[in-house]
Amino acid sequence: MESLWLSFRLAACVAVILLAIGMPIAYWLAYSQWRGKFLLESVVALPLVLPPTVLGFYALVAMGPRGPLGKLWMTLFGHGLAFTFAGLILASVVYSFPFAVQPLVVAFESVDPKLLDASALLGAGKMRTFWRMILPLSLPGVVTAVVLSFAHTLGEFGVVLMVGGNLKGVTRTVSIEIYDRVQSLEFGAANRMALLLLAISFAVLSVVYAVNRRLWTPWPAK
Amino acid sequence: MAGEVKPAPLSARIRKERRNSQSPPFLLDVSLEVLPGFTILFGPSGAGKSTLLDCIAGLVRPDEGRIFTGETVLFDSSLAIDVAAQNRRVAYVFQTLALFPHLTVGQNVAYGLHGLEAEHRNRLVAETLQAFRVEHLASRKPGDISGGEKQRVALARSLVTDPRVLLLDEPLTGLDAELKAAIVRDLRAWNAAKQIPILYVTHSREEVDALGERVIALADGRILTTGTPMDVLESPRRARLAQAAGFENLLDGTVLELRESDGVMRVRLEETVCELETPLVHAVPGDPVRIAIRAGDILVAVEKPRGLSARNVLEGQIESLERRATLVIAPVDCGAKFVVHVTPGAVQSLGLSAGQRVWLVLKTHSCHLVV
Repeated sequence: MESLWLSFRLAACVAVILLAIGMPIAYWLAYSQWRGKFLLESVVALPLVLPPTVLGFYALVAMGPRGPLGKLWMTLFGHGLAFTFAGLILASVVYSFPFAVQPLVVAFESVDPKLLDASALLGAGKMRTFWRMILPLSLPGVVTAVVLSFAHTLGEFGVVLMVGGNLKGVTRTVSIEIYDRVQSLEFGAANRMALLLLAISFAVLSVVYAVNRRLWTPWPAK
Repeated sequence: MAGEVKPAPLSARIRKERRNSQSPPFLLDVSLEVLPGFTILFGPSGAGKSTLLDCIAGLVRPDEGRIFTGETVLFDSSLAIDVAAQNRRVAYVFQTLALFPHLTVGQNVAYGLHGLEAEHRNRLVAETLQAFRVEHLASRKPGDISGGEKQRVALARSLVTDPRVLLLDEPLTGLDAELKAAIVRDLRAWNAAKQIPILYVTHSREEVDALGERVIALADGRILTTGTPMDVLESPRRARLAQAAGFENLLDGTVLELRESDGVMRVRLEETVCELETPLVHAVPGDPVRIAIRAGDILVAVEKPRGLSARNVLEGQIESLERRATLVIAPVDCGAKFVVHVTPGAVQSLGLSAGQRVWLVLKTHSCHLVV
């Protein structure tokens, strides 16, 4: 079960990081008037259509000892980035990017612009309007973004294999372990893990759909 | 929130062109002064009323102009001053009210007071909720209160911040007259102490009569007239306004006879033998008058009607029938020309056709005198 715990840690880190960097990017995508916005939208959506091996390959090249990220990491921390947990997080963040950003964009865009005008007219700046209006009114979208990026990272395989390799306790995630077990014909163990992953994914998606069904939630008072 | 605001008029000179692919370009070009107290901004939809308010509030940037209250310049294109909406202290109640659905009534009203200490803030919120008679709703959500209560909360929320100006974009539409009058009474009471300029937008003539001390009439992006409701209503340019406000029939006539005991008079339409009974106005026989009639207020009969309370029955001929989405426009020649709106169902059940002889029925009080 070490691999499951690793997968959970990875998915949790990725979900938190994606929420932090996804919010400003989604805000910009939702409200910018710039004509070239579609370019960034395309970049955000790229991981949806690229094979994970392509993504993993470029991530590996960038993180390798001669790649820009690898070199930077080496000077900062004194060791390489490829085949480490940190490297895995970085690649997973890229891989799950659209699953965090797109629900946020949709949620931000669906907030009634009149409410934002009203907030500004009551003296609120952009930050206050974001924290007091946009974010609480987008809560279902935020939950969706977190849950989807968590679930998507939990189930990733190709990218992990490319940049993480298969190091026990460091980069051997549950999906890799399932693959390993199947390769060594341990179908019982593979089945237990696969079933567990299936159950978790189902539970997680149920949360997403349940949250989006409810239009108004009893928000915290402040 | 800064210190006390002295009552100061709002002055605005605004030029704003709007272009988009769906509609012809629209130019708002106005210069106006709004004194402390109520001013009605009256005009048909599409006249530019909301664009004008958006410019004053800072939600839309004028192409050119100057907006100021007292000493404070909010916008000046020649000095490159454009105070952000959040710093203008212009209160604005939208037609949709835009109450924050996830906050309670109390939190909605407190929203604009975030710079204040809790104690001061709570006192102001309580006072303002009380002034608009919604203090008992403080812990409810906007989704759980009635339409009239929402309007009161929206007013309280925008006024609690002690604004320089209050803009109201038809916030009381959909309320019955009594409720509307009660809310306006409370608003007037609140403003008796504050004396800020209140610009109240409406396209309803009834509201102009009911509310206005001062009226600014706007049509096609330009100010037609400014003055008391009487001034505006009696101005020679009112004909255009009447047309704009949905009176398809504007007929010139001469007063024939006054029947003061009945409160009516008879008017002969110009260059015809048609006579109409209209409400009595201050006039003497021989005076020229102009009568405005809504096309939808005229009834059509295919036989000469009898036994009606309506005093005006005119015989005429349908010139044509123009079908629109939900109505049929029928010009009818009775000597004078009338435009009549009928429903497609009525056309069918009466078997109306061009060239047909019909009788038009007009109630005395459907004939509005405009000059």
